[in-house]
Amino acid sequence: MLRFIVRRTLQLIPTLGGLSILLFIWLQRLPGGPEYALLPDDATEEQRAQLRRSLGLEEPLTVQYVRFLRNILQGDLGTSLQTGRPVVEEFFTRFPATFELALTAILIAVTVGIPLGYLAARRRGGVLDFAAVGGSLIGICTPVFFLAFLLKVVFAERLGVFPSAFRLSPGLNRTDLSGFVVLDGLRTGELDVVWDALMHLALPGLALASIPLAVIVRMTRASVLEVLDEDYVRTANAKGLQRRTVRGRHVLRNAMLPVVTAIGLLTGSLFAGAVLTESVFAFPGVGSFVYAATQTRDYPVLTGFILLIATMYVLINLLVDISYSLLDPRVRAQ
Amino acid sequence: MPTTPNAQNPAEDAQDPGAGAPEGSGGTSLLTRKADRIDRLAELMGPRDDGSGGAGIWLTAFRRLRRSPMAISGAVVVALFVLVALFAPLIAPYSATAQTWGGEVFPNQNIFVGPRAENWLGLDNLGRDQFSRMVIGARQTLLVGVVATLVGFGAGALLGGTAGAAATLGGRWGALIDNVIMRVIDMMLALPTLLLAVTVAALVGPSLTTVMLAVGIAQVPIFARLLRGAMISQGNRDYVVAARALGVRRHKIALTHILPNSLGPVIVQSTLTLATAIIDAAALSYLGLGNPDPSFPEWGTMLADAQRFLSSAPQLAVYPALAIIVTALGFTLLGEAMREALDPKLRK
Amino acid sequence: MFTKSSRKPLALLAAAASVALLATACAESERDPAADSSAPFVFASAGDIKSLDPFLASDGETFRYSRQVYETLLEHESGGSEIVGGLAETWEQSEDGTEWTFNLRDGVLFHDGDELTAEVVCANFDRWHNLTGAWQSSNNSYYWQTIFGGFAENEDEGLPDSRYVSCEATDELTAVITISEYSSIFPGGFSLAAFGILSPTSLETIADAEITGEEGSYTLPDYTSEPGAVAGTGPFTAQEWNRDQAEVTLARFDDYWGDPAGFETMILRAIPDETARRQALEAGDIHGYDLVAPADVEPLVEAGFQVPTREVFNVLYLAFQQETSEELADIEVRRALAHAVDRQRIVDTILPAGGEVATQFHPDTLDGWSEDVTTYDYDPELAEEMLADAGQEDLTLDFCYPTEVTRPYMPAPRDIFDVISQDLESVGVTVEPKSFEWTEYVPNTDSGECSLYLLGWTGDYNDAYNFLGTWFSVKNDAWGMDEPELFDAMAEASGNPDPEERNAAYQGLNEQIMDVLPGLPISSSPPSIVFAENVNPPEVSPLTQENFSEGSWKED
Repeated sequence: MLRFIVRRTLQLIPTLGGLSILLFIWLQRLPGGPEYALLPDDATEEQRAQLRRSLGLEEPLTVQYVRFLRNILQGDLGTSLQTGRPVVEEFFTRFPATFELALTAILIAVTVGIPLGYLAARRRGGVLDFAAVGGSLIGICTPVFFLAFLLKVVFAERLGVFPSAFRLSPGLNRTDLSGFVVLDGLRTGELDVVWDALMHLALPGLALASIPLAVIVRMTRASVLEVLDEDYVRTANAKGLQRRTVRGRHVLRNAMLPVVTAIGLLTGSLFAGAVLTESVFAFPGVGSFVYAATQTRDYPVLTGFILLIATMYVLINLLVDISYSLLDPRVRAQ
Repeated sequence: MPTTPNAQNPAEDAQDPGAGAPEGSGGTSLLTRKADRIDRLAELMGPRDDGSGGAGIWLTAFRRLRRSPMAISGAVVVALFVLVALFAPLIAPYSATAQTWGGEVFPNQNIFVGPRAENWLGLDNLGRDQFSRMVIGARQTLLVGVVATLVGFGAGALLGGTAGAAATLGGRWGALIDNVIMRVIDMMLALPTLLLAVTVAALVGPSLTTVMLAVGIAQVPIFARLLRGAMISQGNRDYVVAARALGVRRHKIALTHILPNSLGPVIVQSTLTLATAIIDAAALSYLGLGNPDPSFPEWGTMLADAQRFLSSAPQLAVYPALAIIVTALGFTLLGEAMREALDPKLRK
Repeated sequence: MFTKSSRKPLALLAAAASVALLATACAESERDPAADSSAPFVFASAGDIKSLDPFLASDGETFRYSRQVYETLLEHESGGSEIVGGLAETWEQSEDGTEWTFNLRDGVLFHDGDELTAEVVCANFDRWHNLTGAWQSSNNSYYWQTIFGGFAENEDEGLPDSRYVSCEATDELTAVITISEYSSIFPGGFSLAAFGILSPTSLETIADAEITGEEGSYTLPDYTSEPGAVAGTGPFTAQEWNRDQAEVTLARFDDYWGDPAGFETMILRAIPDETARRQALEAGDIHGYDLVAPADVEPLVEAGFQVPTREVFNVLYLAFQQETSEELADIEVRRALAHAVDRQRIVDTILPAGGEVATQFHPDTLDGWSEDVTTYDYDPELAEEMLADAGQEDLTLDFCYPTEVTRPYMPAPRDIFDVISQDLESVGVTVEPKSFEWTEYVPNTDSGECSLYLLGWTGDYNDAYNFLGTWFSVKNDAWGMDEPELFDAMAEASGNPDPEERNAAYQGLNEQIMDVLPGLPISSSPPSIVFAENVNPPEVSPLTQENFSEGSWKED
């Protein structure tokens, strides 16, 4: 088992290394070079040349790449052009908000999606099945930002059930321990803060959950259908095992494998979706910061975000792989 | 934001995890899992029906499609959309950009004009005929989708085709080339397509070309993976082996035998990509990276721009939103149905 | 059997639904108006502040915050545009207008306990005057450079000589500031929020503060983001600046020299999107916000919110850059374009109620406004004819507008752009649209990137030069206009210490400008501000300089 984990971890190195090369090349290809993004448009040729020198852009590409890589490894992604603070710091302070949001979305998607997909598969061809499949197709085809606006207009503006923006109500007294509002609230026992934070998470969480929910419903349904048809399930049924046992031990467990994978794969797209959702709900996370970066072409933030997502994606997949191998011994042998 | 291939190719095919990736896929196995789904599609022209040849597959697939309500509804929507888009100037009763009724709409006082005899869908916030804008918008939307798909397909075919041809026919050096290219592709697959598109668009600056390019580039890895897989699965087929034995030149085999026979999966993927392209283009417009000319009607731009009137004049947002959803749904249904028809495993 | 296993997920769903219902009930009970007078007053602005020290800023959002915390020598009367005493109770100017004597208020305390004296005032001015290095970038000292020109030792040759000569504390409470030449920007310049007076202890702690980084990516010194690091004299103290939430918390300063603030705590929160601001107000998350979309005014009033009317103090214009497009150097072409634009429609359908078509480059609330300027009525046929006469039937022009922004003078830039470009297209001009995000837009238009562009100005103080001089005092890349006569007349007018003569000169200037037509003034319109029902709002200011200490919760 340990060997498997070590091997998988080592395999990450070429992937991330390659990604860094891609990013580096991409930065070189910016129109006018990286200094373009740093200087105002009316900068003189002299100013450009000076900046190029001070950024070390006159040196050979290999030297530049090594420095680029070293900076990344030291956790230096440059300085945000919008705020003048280090990109890493900006991400770090905003990350808890986005993490809470993404987790909410995943929880919604899993708690609703898996039972729904399972039921749809059990009653294949029924009304529920039709609704689940149709609904998830429509979910996939609906622009997230539109859904977010719709939710906001209906639930925040018209019904006033949920707050329309932010992560917390203004002026709420709370003890800040880690930036994770819900967690902090639970630890300090400030339940009003927890409640307030959850209310603020509801609508953006729901909007962000739409795509994962649709994907999970379809995955679960397909997966359960497939497993129901497997020989071992037939055998188990024929043996006269309790249906409950069959479903629990054989069907669900095996059907969950691809679903677990899908959840891992969704993380990247969740963060991309957060860019849209957070900006609609003025939710102060990484997403709305990146949204602002797209507006101002804050390229250190954009590259940093790509690296962040790629790294997270790769790490989460590692976790998925490991949980996979726990669920299915065949994977280890592979 | 259907930005993952999961969304485009929801894995109806729950693969056996033990099946693994095809040989030569290079990268770490965790990345290939996302790729597996694409590879599965690529193999659909696989080694069954070998005796009856290519035409047989198409025929049976078509017969199956004819009986599938999913395929029919998808095809109807797509056909309608394409027809409207092609004949848009003939259908649209008025100019889509002229603010003919500009004096009748007062967005500053929430006075909007709804559907009426001369304007079937009412007026937009600047007094333009909403129906004409929707119709002309269909054309622009189709253009964005098609060009983006072509960009994705073109670059993807080049990369994937090279890799596939090298892997099938190239020997040791071929395997190396294949390996290098596929590593790059796998890494690109690791990023959500929308994020790729956003960064491209943010760096190049907003324009219609940017949207088409950005959405297209985001599709490159999928097409590349697909074509490579298709070529490899074709490359091991008997007729290729036979052709090689007969001494037919390698690049000729690749061009005359393998590529044409790999087209099935490409058509399926293109259909699915069109749906994604339309939705992603809308997202880019919302992010302010779309066409800077606001008078130019494109559904994504119209939707993004109408958000602010959502409470006072919801119809302005609802029309383009419905159009986008229905069209994307049409393409998705058709694509999914085609894939099911081509894939025997899904037809149990 | 079937039912048994499927119950679980269904039960889950039911549980989820009941939680949602519960949530509704609780949320509603929470939304009762705050009866508690110590509740924080939350006001939404369109953007976060840039720095806690206003000197480094040039944007309205930072000044909205800083006006509550720091005070200037002079101020504007509450709800008006007349200059009144601030930290200085009274002031005098010498005959030639170069010596300004300020008689300070007695007993003014800083937040850190220091006392206000004339020496403190002079120390502040001397500090600004002697700044070096990156502080001299116009990014970091915009308003100093606008009012006083350069520094004691200019490091960039492009900077003009400093207009500031000295500041002398003639006694405990009398400061005399000497400038090298009179300009009509005084005394208004002394009221700018950027010149908020800091306490002597603060000055000491920040004496060595440095700005690091390159032009375009400066890192501001730490003190600019540490609340309480620099003390002022205002009715509120800066308590907290939460950058992640884009939220500044202000607390009442109990030893304030004037009437104490009505709110114990005030929170300024940035919500960039105007729809989101409205929704937050309607949902009870905030108690007021600025820059209400014109369409939202009526519904908000009907829903019981208070939307006090501001006096008009801005102008929106369409600039014709004469160098970027040579065709625009032809006065006939500019006149033709002016006739082509239906400004009345923009005012009627897009701008808020109370907006008017502008006939010149400043609103009629300012002295110097002239009734006799040349006007350009909407006449597309005439415009087409004039273009033909000028030989420009196939004119192609690029036209810029800002995205994702609303300005006090320009509620919906995209719509205004759309209407104008449609008007231009219908007289045969081909428009190439270009859009930039606001922070890019301003430098781009300033450097002559755009032939046509939309921009505007909200006055800082009551003087026509604050409008006209900003644009037309020298040849610049924003306009590409070279009219030495006009520039000379401008300098002469603003250097005239006699108010009556000066205003007459401004009237002449307005007429001259509208003949030269460097751009087309479009409109002057009042930006709306809104407050919740249970708030006694502060007097609203035409200069958008509300003093929030005047506000309070209504007693039930």
